Amino acid sequence: MFLYDFTQLTSSIHSSLVESFGEGALTTTIELAIAGVAYLIFFAVLGLFLVYLERKVCAFIQNRLGPMRVGPWGLLQTIADFIKLLMKELIYIKSADQFLFNVAPFIVITASFLAIGAIPFDKGLQVLDFDIGVFYVAAVSSLGVLGVLLAGWASNNKYSLIGAMRSGAQIVSYELSVGLSLMTIIVLAGTMQFSELVAGQADLWFIFKGHIPAMIAFVIFLIAGTAETNRGPFDLAEAESELTAGFHTEYSGIKFALFFLAEYINMFIVASIATTVFLGGWMPLHIPGLDGFNHVMDFIPPVLWFFMKAFTVVFIMMWFKWTFPRLRIDQLLTLEWKYLLPLNLINIVIMTIVVLLGWHL
Amino acid sequence: MNTEGLILFFLLGVTLVGLAVIFSGLIPQKTTNLQKHDTYECGIPTQGSSWIQFNVGYYLFAIMFLIFDVEAIFLFPWAVVMKEIGMVAFIEILIFFVILGLGLLYAWKKQALKWE
Repeated sequence: MFLYDFTQLTSSIHSSLVESFGEGALTTTIELAIAGVAYLIFFAVLGLFLVYLERKVCAFIQNRLGPMRVGPWGLLQTIADFIKLLMKELIYIKSADQFLFNVAPFIVITASFLAIGAIPFDKGLQVLDFDIGVFYVAAVSSLGVLGVLLAGWASNNKYSLIGAMRSGAQIVSYELSVGLSLMTIIVLAGTMQFSELVAGQADLWFIFKGHIPAMIAFVIFLIAGTAETNRGPFDLAEAESELTAGFHTEYSGIKFALFFLAEYINMFIVASIATTVFLGGWMPLHIPGLDGFNHVMDFIPPVLWFFMKAFTVVFIMMWFKWTFPRLRIDQLLTLEWKYLLPLNLINIVIMTIVVLLGWHL
Repeated sequence: MNTEGLILFFLLGVTLVGLAVIFSGLIPQKTTNLQKHDTYECGIPTQGSSWIQFNVGYYLFAIMFLIFDVEAIFLFPWAVVMKEIGMVAFIEILIFFVILGLGLLYAWKKQALKWE
């Protein structure tokens, strides 16, 4: 039983559109336009809110108040910042490769849009539902590094180049751990489709179903996901104390804001994938045997469940950033290649044994 | 909906960036001076171009990544059907991992994983 089912809403919109315009290209276009506007607004609001959240979390960890002046508790601060950045002049660099310099923000933002489209927020509240969903997200989210590399290379600035190269080495390395830790769960679930992954967690979340290997995979995914999004303690690509701003040193105004936005959205995407694959997606917390408890949990809307879990993971990632000091590049690569990768391979073997012997719940 | 959805999200990304860049190109006031369009290097003039050769270490890790990423592509279909095939799949992947692990050990011994 699912309360608050979004398939009813979407199917009623679909049927009313078919009534007025008939089955065909026009209906599809209108539906896509509605979804597009919704996602555009969601993307912008999410970005603004995450920046606000980051500043508040950072402030509370450092025993400060953070933004307080614009709006109640500084809630409008990021909107004011956004308007300011929008009104700034875009400065071009004489010695830069103009075409690549301008193309880079397009690639970064488009990659995060493509990835966020596959996230299931609720039953029926998902646009892209491929049967290779996990693989698709891993593929498009690694497109973002192309934009980062282009931005650094095209700027013709030494800081940018070093930042971009570090980012390239870092993201391609940690890409492996992200893929392999998700694979551990795919072995358990036997599917790569997001909707089926969520449906498989109706009785219990995969992190509990798979015992210790699933928990190890979750920890590896969190570490690798933080590194993939270029966030602290892995923010070597934009280490402000040594590289000014890394790969986006030369970007000004709204182009800088777009890189910033993409970074925060990518953090949310990593948190959403962790939620969907490990923590049951929009499924409520169910404990086998406790029927009364399970029924009470069913009354909390699934969308709320999804965002509560996702923002908990986002909070943990922010906690990482403001707790650990930045790593050096050799430490970073050692961590991936000498610790996480072998551990991951062994973990997959253990998970296979667990699944074959039926030890999972 | 999947193909249309892909096109939709691609267009959304391009539209968002395009609109923002066009707006910022038209509305804000433009000024110019001699140094404004120079490369930023904390106040001192840049020495030469930045399009130069750089540390080969980055390439080594890129090559390593290529090997392991291809291996990951082989593993994804295996992971999906593992439950159905059962024990045979487990033995096969064990052999695969042993060969792969030997490769990683070789790279480790050859100091390919050491940053210089």
